Amino acid sequence: MSREKARHGRSRPPIAFVVLAAIAVVFFLLPLIGLLARTPWSDLVSLLASEVVADALVLSAIASFAAVTISTVVGVPLAWVLARVDFRGRALVRGLVLLPLVLPPVVGGAALLFALGRRGVVGEPLYEATGLVLPFSIWGVVIAVTFVSMPFLVLTVEGALRNVDVRFEGAAGSLGAGGWTVFRRVTLPMIGPSLAAGMVLTWARAIGEFGATVTFAGNLAGETQTLPLAVFVALETNRDTATALSLLMVAISLTVLVLLRDRWLRPQ
Amino acid sequence: MAASTLRYGRLRAVSAVAVIGFLFTSCGGSSDASDEIRVSAASSLSRVFAELELAFEAAHPGVDVVLNLAASSLLREQILAGAPVDAYASASTDTMTPVVVAGLTVGGATTFAHGSLAIAVPFGNPGNVTGLDDFGSEELLIGLCDIAVPCGTYARQVMSRAGVEPAIDTNEPNVLSLLTKIEEGELDAGIVYMTDVRSASGEVEGIEIPDAVNVAADYPIAVIVEGPNTEGGRAFVDFVMSGVGQEILAGFGFVTP
Repeated sequence: MSREKARHGRSRPPIAFVVLAAIAVVFFLLPLIGLLARTPWSDLVSLLASEVVADALVLSAIASFAAVTISTVVGVPLAWVLARVDFRGRALVRGLVLLPLVLPPVVGGAALLFALGRRGVVGEPLYEATGLVLPFSIWGVVIAVTFVSMPFLVLTVEGALRNVDVRFEGAAGSLGAGGWTVFRRVTLPMIGPSLAAGMVLTWARAIGEFGATVTFAGNLAGETQTLPLAVFVALETNRDTATALSLLMVAISLTVLVLLRDRWLRPQ
Repeated sequence: MAASTLRYGRLRAVSAVAVIGFLFTSCGGSSDASDEIRVSAASSLSRVFAELELAFEAAHPGVDVVLNLAASSLLREQILAGAPVDAYASASTDTMTPVVVAGLTVGGATTFAHGSLAIAVPFGNPGNVTGLDDFGSEELLIGLCDIAVPCGTYARQVMSRAGVEPAIDTNEPNVLSLLTKIEEGELDAGIVYMTDVRSASGEVEGIEIPDAVNVAADYPIAVIVEGPNTEGGRAFVDFVMSGVGQEILAGFGFVTP
């Protein structure tokens, strides 16, 4: 097939597709319109200029980037193992990775509490040995958002690794490159866009996390109150503040997603 | 302080989880309006309203009472936004008033019960909490309800009357999530409703708060105008106010008017 024809195919999509795609766009757009319609524009700055909001913003930034970092450091090797190593129980491990996606976040948070809380299965020995209490601290927030967001990275990267032609890796290996060099110089560049996409998805899930965080890490302004928790509290006291905060979250997320998409995720 | 330390059965963490989960579940589906009554009730009323639901349904065969349990303030927001609710029972007059003012109730609200607060600590009282003064301790893990929900507002009133500046580690979104964290021993102490300590099937011990600094919380209930089954809502409210209803409430430790 010529390049010409491929381009032609792209410019004339089936009309039904355009209609259905438009319906999907409207579906995503409507809540945003609802939010904008409710936004108290004249008070926006004063509503957002508070210490509570600043603290929540900083905490959300730290926690979401920590989640992306941790997810990348342990999630990429996990994805590689799942994609390349044939071992008994692989399906089970993959199911385990999917678990945070299916569990209601609040249940995930409760499970984390039972495992890593001060009286938890692992948390109690940890507390007795070191005096460290994970809930009600920034560590708790990072753990909760990482638990919920890492599957996005693992799944995206595993999918990409499965599509990589292993002959390139084989060729590099046969030319004397070690396993790590092959991964870094051959595999990584090929899965680069997918890795970036996975990291962005992970970040997006982490920045919006509510249920697991409030259940495992609690809610204290300046300590464990991320932006979604601040929105939740504001929703119960001052709807204008809640709307302003929600708009702030939408603005940050859209900016990051659009910028990153242009920079890293351009179609190849 | 004369502390009556009481222990009760086990509250499943699941119940708090279910309640929080409910917050994010919209009231979907529809059915014949006449046989379904939708009742929004405060988290702190979860157990007693489950009992009231059973008793009401036993007295009215074929009628299904559907409970929507969440923080009073969230229920208020749902009703103000037009949620199809037939009756609303909240944990404070503060959370009821906006609904009455908005003209969404049939004939205003009625107080159906009173409640007071108590200190809750995990079974065995690992933090050796003896009274409100301990809430100022930085070493202990202390939780209150968020100020946005009635149990949080009341708890802060108690704290200010007792002259204690609490060293709070978490402001929980509702009383059940606070109770769960205390039961699990993740918090050393918290302030909940006396009825929660009483009816909790949980591993919590209650410590009394002196009357001089305690609050007398009013629990108001109202029939909601825009509900799909106002008549059913009226019947349920009447049942709560009836001798049988009040007896059930008293059984759960509520003071009845």
